[in-house]
Amino acid sequence: MEVRMINPFLSAAVNVLTTMANITPQPGKPFLKTKDTAMGDVSAIIGITGEAQGSMALTFTESCILKLASSLMGEDYTELNDEVKDSVGELTNMICGDARRRLSETGIILQAGIPTIVAGKSHSITHIADGPRLAVPFQTKWGSFIIEIAFNKS
Amino acid sequence: MDCKGLTVLVVDDFTTMRRIIRNILRDLGFGTVIDAEDGAAAVKILETQKVDLVISDWNMPTMNGLELLKWVRANAATRNLPFLMVTAESQKENIMEAVKAKVSNYVVKPFTAQSLAEKLQKLLFH
Repeated sequence: MEVRMINPFLSAAVNVLTTMANITPQPGKPFLKTKDTAMGDVSAIIGITGEAQGSMALTFTESCILKLASSLMGEDYTELNDEVKDSVGELTNMICGDARRRLSETGIILQAGIPTIVAGKSHSITHIADGPRLAVPFQTKWGSFIIEIAFNKS
Repeated sequence: MDCKGLTVLVVDDFTTMRRIIRNILRDLGFGTVIDAEDGAAAVKILETQKVDLVISDWNMPTMNGLELLKWVRANAATRNLPFLMVTAESQKENIMEAVKAKVSNYVVKPFTAQSLAEKLQKLLFH
């Protein structure tokens, strides 16, 4: 997978959280993820089409998304309820959109669908793309999240 | 901003974004905020209630924001309604399409409360 396809998603994650929640996530070491099991408590996945086909997923630990959703919506969430899960979908939507904008500025035009949210310990995220699945962990003052990106090889 | 008497319709399929925008509008002093989860639900509201401003997402099931905008502009009762698109769809082609459909203004997600407030000020009071 080319760096030029990945970096816009990482920059987008930083931009979205900095702008909407006033926190600056720090990226960790990327790795290739070989299993479908999510590395967190709640995820959203969004399909990507156009000049490349694939998907992006965002997975949060419960502690991180509770604080983040509370900050976004001005509430004090203490459990992973439907409103908190919904926020993962919207964050995925924004990060993917911002990444697509960055890629369009380099001439790569992509479209995206509407995110699907899934939650629960040991839930799975299935990317349909046949290319490698790159995972990038992020740390915030509220906990961690992971971005996964996979594109078709062709 | 003197907006206490204004009614705003916020259209987005994500509760989170409707809540974020609602909070910003409340802090700015807007009187009434109504929610809709997609364009079709927004049309039902617009057919029966007076609204002063529509703030809408683009990508939504059933009826998306662009389709809603076209409906608003084609309908005699809502033709001149201020319509602000607030969306993650930020590529030039999308913006041009919305402009062609006569969107009043466009906010790209992510956005700060201040940037939204500035667009609203410009849209409603200039």
